[in-house]
Amino acid sequence: MGRTLAEKVWDQHVVRHGEGQEPDLLYIDLHLVHEVTSPQAFDGLRLAGRPVRRPDLTIATEDHNVPTLDILAPIADEVSRTQVETLRRNVEEFGVKLYPMGDANQGIVHMIGPELGLTQPGTTVVCGDSHTSTHGAFGALAFGIGTSEVEHVMATQTLPLRPFKTMAIEISGRLRPGVTSKDVILAVIAQIGTGGGAGYVLEYRGEAVREMSMEARMTMCNMSIEAGGRAGMVAPDDTTIEYLMGRPHAPQGELWDEAVAAWRELRTDDDAEFDKVVHIDADALTPFVTWGTNPGQGLPLSEAVPDPEGMSDDDAAAVRKALAYMALEPGTKLRDIAVDVVFLGSCTNARIEDLRAAADVLKGHHVADDVQMLVVPGSMKVKAQAEAEGLDAVFTEAGAEWRSAGCSMCLGMNPDQLAPGQRCASTSNRNFEGRQGKGGRTHLVSPLVAAATAVRGTLSSPEDLTHTTLTFA
Amino acid sequence: MDAFTTHTGIATPLRVSNVDTDQIIPAVYLKRVTRTGFEDGLFASWRADPGFVLNTEPYSRGSVLVAGSDFGTGSSREHAVWALMDYGFRVVISSRFGEIFKGNSSKAGLLAATVEQSDVELLWKKIEERPGLELTVDLEALTITADDLVVRFTVDDYARWRLLEGLDDVDITLRSADAIEAYEARRPAHKPTTV
Repeated sequence: MGRTLAEKVWDQHVVRHGEGQEPDLLYIDLHLVHEVTSPQAFDGLRLAGRPVRRPDLTIATEDHNVPTLDILAPIADEVSRTQVETLRRNVEEFGVKLYPMGDANQGIVHMIGPELGLTQPGTTVVCGDSHTSTHGAFGALAFGIGTSEVEHVMATQTLPLRPFKTMAIEISGRLRPGVTSKDVILAVIAQIGTGGGAGYVLEYRGEAVREMSMEARMTMCNMSIEAGGRAGMVAPDDTTIEYLMGRPHAPQGELWDEAVAAWRELRTDDDAEFDKVVHIDADALTPFVTWGTNPGQGLPLSEAVPDPEGMSDDDAAAVRKALAYMALEPGTKLRDIAVDVVFLGSCTNARIEDLRAAADVLKGHHVADDVQMLVVPGSMKVKAQAEAEGLDAVFTEAGAEWRSAGCSMCLGMNPDQLAPGQRCASTSNRNFEGRQGKGGRTHLVSPLVAAATAVRGTLSSPEDLTHTTLTFA
Repeated sequence: MDAFTTHTGIATPLRVSNVDTDQIIPAVYLKRVTRTGFEDGLFASWRADPGFVLNTEPYSRGSVLVAGSDFGTGSSREHAVWALMDYGFRVVISSRFGEIFKGNSSKAGLLAATVEQSDVELLWKKIEERPGLELTVDLEALTITADDLVVRFTVDDYARWRLLEGLDDVDITLRSADAIEAYEARRPAHKPTTV
């Protein structure tokens, strides 16, 4: 019987097969490090007198604590500053390459791996961050780990792991204009639930996926974790290879040819069987937004806030709890929900294509009165590219704030936070209670919906705006 | 890591499903660079509510947390496990865990015991009938005993073995140092490096 893409990559990385209680030992090709989940791991190494086994397969950046204003000034928050300074000391001591604030390559850890050409098909990629699933867009087996595992990878360049189960997400048909991969993944999570992917690697397949750019694939793979999945994957194809060609860490010359030949083999065999198959009809999808406090609580923008009345006791209790936190009434049309803040950013949707799409919607419009819009490129590379294209001017002329790269308002860890009670349309990945700041309320949306919402002040799609032409949808 | 064979302690019922790690410990508490001291951040927003279960005697003294389904979803922060342990929990019981949380628990020495949802309901009922009831969790026998109720739980074999023996993961892996070197010798030359 044939093998799935995930199984092929797994098999290529088995250092030794498991015996007895011990699972397979898997080799890790790339370890991405940031300031939040690494200090205790470096401490562990120090205590045990161990080096980082392969600093040449390890790379670090600063992202979670980074202020997106005055990025060159010392961080005002003392505890945040200590965490960043601790990373700088640790990488110095252990010989790991770091892209610090102010560097042209600094950015969110899941942005810089692909940009530098480090994320490649058929590699195993880990990081002490759940959104490591992003890198699966290249046909890498990429997953988030905890700090104990970060230390384990630093010390051994391996991880003991049980094989994951495999799930095919078959996306048939083609996406309509104005519908993005963000809408696809929100629909997938609403369909299978936040635990539906637990234990699985999700492979996104089908015509709609083949037509997606690398940026769009990354958005989808990024949120695999929100469906409970360990990883998300897309088989590499011409789009992948074109993206990688000429990147700083992509192979060159003969090695490039060798690599491409190996990458072309990385697809699920026709006779392979997935443990589970989920079908999504791309043609039927419309812009999708969340109304609740987990990413599975989403609906098409055209619908209304659900009514817990008539649901099973457990479901009704969960919906009531979410609606109470979100301060929403059942039956309210989603399009009537007014927001205070719009956040365009995060490792989910802060790539150049996301910024272009949002700028295209904003052009000729102005952000609504009483709405604050933050545009935070995911990396300094994206920032520079956007500025070269004049997108920054589009955003600032529309009344949005143009910031420097970082995790920003995706999580309440740096100065970019919602105030209690504030409501935000956010292109990030998690609408958990307090995720964007204590008491803040989050609606997850695509960059197109974010931009249209900023203009109208209520959850909207570009088709709600007049005089808009969509070229990047 | 300390070995874990059995644990007996007061059970705390947490009748909430989809408890993500942002609820277990909000991001603002993740800035510490040390390995301990995270108990203040445990369920920080919910603890602001005087009626929250951890603000209620005797549940505030619990060491066995009985939670709804999909406990520990979301962020990979191991700080969620540390916060639970720093507060005093040794066991979390749920019908389904976030995958990364489950892995982190086994590394740090917190037992994440998976039981049927119907057994979670039975345990909640039992605990709420007799607040302060102590549960005994036996990792050898894979049982949870609550008075006259005995329910079975599952845990990954490898996690169980390491918890029972108190083994350090890195030490186990370094026994395979030769295999790692052999693998490195046969890695394709086109694989990327960061230098």
